[in-house]
Amino acid sequence: MKTVLGRGLPHESALRHVSGEARYVDDLPHAPGLLVGVVVGSTEPRGRITRRDRARALQVPGVHAVFFAEDIPGENNVGPVIHDEPLLAAWEVSCVGQAVAFVVADSYEAARKAAAAVEVEIEPLPALTDIHAGIAAESFIGATHVIERGEVDATLGEAPHRLSGTVDSGGQEHFYLETHAALAIPGEDRSIQVWSSTQHPSEVQTLVAAALGWGRSRVTVECPRMGGGFGGKETQAAQWACFAALGALRTGRPVKVWLDRDTDMSHTGRRHPFHSRYDVGFDDDGRILSLAADLYADGGWAADLSLAILDRGLFHMDNGYWLPNVRLRGFVVRTNRTSNTAFRGFGGPQGMVVIEHVVERVAHALGLDPLEVRRRNFYDEAPHDRTPYGQVVEDFRLHRICDELAERSDLAARRAEIEAFNASNDFRKRAIALTPVKFGISFTASFLNQAGALVLVYADGTVQLNHGGTEMGQGLYTKMLQVCSHALGAPLSDIVHQPTSTGKVPNTSATAASSGSDLNGQAVATACRLIVARMVPVAAELLGVSTEKLTLASENQGDIPTKDGKPAWAWAEGRSVTLAEVASAAYMRQIQLFAAGYYRTPDIGYDRSAGKGKPFHYFAYGASVSEVEVDGLTGEWRLRRVDIVHDAGDSLSTDIDRGQVEGAYVQGLGWLTWEELVFDDRGFLLTHSPSTYKIPAIGDIPREMQVHLLERAAQPGVIYGSKAVGEPPFMLAISAHTALSRACSAFGPGDFVPVAIPATNEALLDAVERAKALAKG
Amino acid sequence: MDTLQFWLNDRRIEVTGVNGTTTLLRYLRDHLAATGTKEGCAEGDCGACTVALLEERPGETPTYRAVNSCLLFLPMLQGKRVYTVEGLRDRSRSPDDPEGYHPAQLAMVETRGSQCGYCTPGIVMSLFEATYRDDMGADWQVDDQLCGNLCRCTGYKPIREAGEKVAGLRPDDLFKATMEQYRARDAAVDITARDGLDGMQRYIQPTSFEALWQARAENPGAVLVAGGTDLGLRVTKFREHFPVVIGLEGLAELREIERSPMGWQIGAGVSLTRVMEVVGEELPALHKMLRWFGSRQVRSRATLGGNLVNASPIGDMPPVLAALGAEIELRGSNGTRHVDIEDFFTGYRKTCLEGDEIVAVVHIPNVPRNAFCASYKVSKRRELDISAVAAGMYVELDDAGVVRHIRLAYGGMSAVAASRARRTEAALLGHSWTRENIEAAMPMVDADFLPIADHRASARYRSTVARNLLLGFWLESHRRDRDAFDAHPVGTVRPGGVA
Ligand SMILES: Cc1cc2nc3c(=O)[nH]c(=O)nc-3n(C[C@H](O)[C@H](O)[C@H](O)COP(=O)(O)OP(=O)(O)OC[C@H]3O[C@@H](n4cnc5c(N)ncnc54)[C@H](O)[C@@H]3O)c2cc1C
Ligand code: FES
Ligand code: FES
Repeated sequence: MKTVLGRGLPHESALRHVSGEARYVDDLPHAPGLLVGVVVGSTEPRGRITRRDRARALQVPGVHAVFFAEDIPGENNVGPVIHDEPLLAAWEVSCVGQAVAFVVADSYEAARKAAAAVEVEIEPLPALTDIHAGIAAESFIGATHVIERGEVDATLGEAPHRLSGTVDSGGQEHFYLETHAALAIPGEDRSIQVWSSTQHPSEVQTLVAAALGWGRSRVTVECPRMGGGFGGKETQAAQWACFAALGALRTGRPVKVWLDRDTDMSHTGRRHPFHSRYDVGFDDDGRILSLAADLYADGGWAADLSLAILDRGLFHMDNGYWLPNVRLRGFVVRTNRTSNTAFRGFGGPQGMVVIEHVVERVAHALGLDPLEVRRRNFYDEAPHDRTPYGQVVEDFRLHRICDELAERSDLAARRAEIEAFNASNDFRKRAIALTPVKFGISFTASFLNQAGALVLVYADGTVQLNHGGTEMGQGLYTKMLQVCSHALGAPLSDIVHQPTSTGKVPNTSATAASSGSDLNGQAVATACRLIVARMVPVAAELLGVSTEKLTLASENQGDIPTKDGKPAWAWAEGRSVTLAEVASAAYMRQIQLFAAGYYRTPDIGYDRSAGKGKPFHYFAYGASVSEVEVDGLTGEWRLRRVDIVHDAGDSLSTDIDRGQVEGAYVQGLGWLTWEELVFDDRGFLLTHSPSTYKIPAIGDIPREMQVHLLERAAQPGVIYGSKAVGEPPFMLAISAHTALSRACSAFGPGDFVPVAIPATNEALLDAVERAKALAKG
Repeated sequence: MDTLQFWLNDRRIEVTGVNGTTTLLRYLRDHLAATGTKEGCAEGDCGACTVALLEERPGETPTYRAVNSCLLFLPMLQGKRVYTVEGLRDRSRSPDDPEGYHPAQLAMVETRGSQCGYCTPGIVMSLFEATYRDDMGADWQVDDQLCGNLCRCTGYKPIREAGEKVAGLRPDDLFKATMEQYRARDAAVDITARDGLDGMQRYIQPTSFEALWQARAENPGAVLVAGGTDLGLRVTKFREHFPVVIGLEGLAELREIERSPMGWQIGAGVSLTRVMEVVGEELPALHKMLRWFGSRQVRSRATLGGNLVNASPIGDMPPVLAALGAEIELRGSNGTRHVDIEDFFTGYRKTCLEGDEIVAVVHIPNVPRNAFCASYKVSKRRELDISAVAAGMYVELDDAGVVRHIRLAYGGMSAVAASRARRTEAALLGHSWTRENIEAAMPMVDADFLPIADHRASARYRSTVARNLLLGFWLESHRRDRDAFDAHPVGTVRPGGVA
């Protein structure tokens, strides 16, 4: 037998997924007396509440309670960082849909009917219903973030070439298949148990406790698993849990809050739309000499995580490119829309599309090969190794990745084929593009980079595994089981992963920023090592040898012998003992068989006011090649082939990582192409269901899609040499967008024709027509 | 008789006291604690609620059909057998024992087809249908089978691989045996129950025309439902209360398809999946439109009659049926009449149906050899999306290449379904079928239509596309393979190399 570390295992819940036995919050068995709740939202984008009346609502049969702001016993707040987000609006509203009242009833039907009967009068006030209105009004949240190096204005002025322009990127709905859900069951002695579909159980616990006016120790939050999160359940799960808890406390009965799709889409935050302006100076070879850029993020009505998201946008304005003189400024715009939130990439994609647009445009302006221009600008030896914020880029892997990818994708030959195709087709054009990704790993609020685990070994050698990370499909539990099995030397089949609970590991960070396995993996391994250290003397005693003579299954990459069909835990001189034997003996000898593990990322820190520091523990890398074909009659298109080389370090779980790369690419592709959010003039989402909001479907995905994980890629200082993989590959989809813009350009004389984000069929046809107009002069 | 009965995973279920517009999905989750089947949208657009229904096929072995349980009213199951994800695993075996799982389930594990797992039960049920299909020959059919199942996590590659593993496998198992022996029981329903806080609801499912006319006479305000893919939304999304519903599910006569020397006669109650299966590529323009209509699950419930009577200006069947020159047979207690599809639509969501008439049969004449008929659909996403612009186009040329008949019917361009571009047609009729003439006629499309702007497309885009589709039609008409199905299209038009 060999260790399971690094193996391509199925998801640990795969058998339960396919049999429908995997339970999500809304699937938990109905508690007797279960009540349900819905919110009453504002109908105005901004206004003063002049009247609220619940008398009629309370008369609807089956209604148990109607809450207004003053009925909240504790703090009326669900703002995670800045406390600017009331759970229920008391006297003013700041977006359509903002909760004003909360209704609890014995059926959704009754709750909805009662919600419709709650009378709320709002005196409208002038509103900023989109980002441009917000920018014009200088309506900003928080301080401007500036990252600056060198002589930007002077070098811009002196540069041989200079271009300026704007890039807009649209928002994106998470469209996790499982909508938000929370269930609260009141306990005795002022305690409550909450099940929440959340990436951040500790924050749900904190906010529920605050809303109830209790200490956190009275609130236990558990997340069984999520049907997708993607950032959408990082902060925005808390409000639903708070409502459920309030309802449960008041009625003394279990209360569930589950959102139907339309409510989920229209009432919870999405990816931030960005508006960006740039001014770039470059030399004849396409080397960027100077870049000034302003990024504006539409934060919506409350801060949520917008400042951190903007920061990450700025941190990824360099992507893989060294920018000698650079000034980046970032603004979070406060508008009267739903408060936007985390979404895979966390602002990184919105920054990265700007620099990729700039590099592409520079190459076209000079008539140079865009890939060559990209490579010329790549990070390199000192002094070309420092990011705009001063972090040294160590172990830059993009040169190697691009070489490997160009070969794997047969790039040169396909470019020639495409030229021939385009020369002989008037109505269809093809294009291919390679774009790189460099993505910083760590929470940029440094204190969040900590994690805990609790490993329990029972006297029969079976194991329960707990840690602070949540499972949303990304395979964290699978990886943690592999880490635990490897670190403890326990067979996988004897380890049972427990649902994530604040009762097991306290004060956890969100499972976000791709950090889940980096942080929790270290904590799990630490806990396991503590237990192993205590058991080693017992094993040595059982085998009658000194501890130095023992070979352990723990952290063993070699062959593990078996004993009576069970893998050995320790062996020496041809004899072995199993974990069960050691555990039982240890128990008899009064030795502690459980341990908590703790980890914090060393040596990181960032000073936002100075715009300098080392926000990231390391960088993840990847690159992709996408080939597209665009139809010039309708703007329809097809992705023909995708090749990816991605750096997941020494992967903890290869199939999980490959799945993350594929899924992230496709999700990124959705953001860049099909997924269009359309709002009405009140800033309210019109496309609030899958009938009008189109995420990728199976037929959009090419049959040729090759994902290759970079080999010999161990990352020092990270759990077993692995690398975070959740977010970075999202940005691999930029190559498809770049290819689309090239294909549209090919309908004209070849000048760069930018394509909107999202590049809907309509946007593409518009670009085709602009390209054709260029040809006509 | 206020009881319904159907078989769920081979167990007989009796339902009493539940109103008829309760969906199977809500019943499974709320009453039977069968939570494997998920709600992701309640509108047929995500597939998380997919279950399989056994369906009789006249003259062929019955087969499983994957359908959206969120749009299925309980009475539609009367006398039928339905399977959910819970029914696939042999629970007498340990959950660790692969032998206990269905091939569709194992394929999803082997290919790593589940991440968060929320879409997975629905996907497994779509794959379950595919496992027993006897017509899975082409690669596009796997995508077609799965295009009604959204997955936000995986990017679909492993799911497609799982589909390729099981499609048409037809293992000799209990499911196959049950399928082959299947006979639906009596579908008659007449139940009355409380519809929540809204009052009482009666749901009648007649099994003969006489009973239908009688039910309609007794309940003048009753609403009709066939597959329920339009009407269902009015319940699940708009939360409308219907005091009386009359289901057409029990009328076997509406589900007949016949081919005569003149063409096809398709019963109004035939599901679109069945139309694809029987008519297939013999009517290439129709077949193409069906591939891009809804999803497999939607098509397995949606009917031609429902699409026509819905009379939506963005419905996909009206333009192609108008191009094909279809005739609609209406039937009422007073008898039968035939109307040209042109005359069937009388205004925004209005038809010429009178009294207790229903749509009974759609007659589609053969396409003569000197004619070419094609259909086009442009939407934001290729699969499972509503048209921004749809079109059905037909041209018949004489020996000299002069246009003798032309029909250009559009969807999405005006308020009325299957609107003809009359001015454009007039500009082309009697003229040579040349690119010059086409290009000269294209601006006429703007004179024919003033489309609206909405969240699907701007007016400008619709107009541009409508014009370009005409050029596309001309280009395609010159292709040798113009009737071949484009399984992996770049765009709705295949312009080919014609310059
Ligand atoms: C997810 C989804 C995707 C869809 N995609 C498409 C698409 O791509 N293109 C498209 O065109 N449509 C689409 N539709 C709409 C719908 O599927 C079609 O209009 C379908 O053909 C309706 O048929 P039905 O039998 O389900 O109608 P029902 O919902 O049963 O009925 C619709 C209306 O027709 C009436 N009716 C039904 N049959 C008869 C009859 N024989 N005589 C008289 N009246 C009758 C009913 O009273 C009702 O008013 C989609 C719907 C959904 C939910
Ligand atoms: S719940 Fe989405 S299709 Fe039925
Ligand atoms: S596995 Fe998460 S939606 Fe498909």
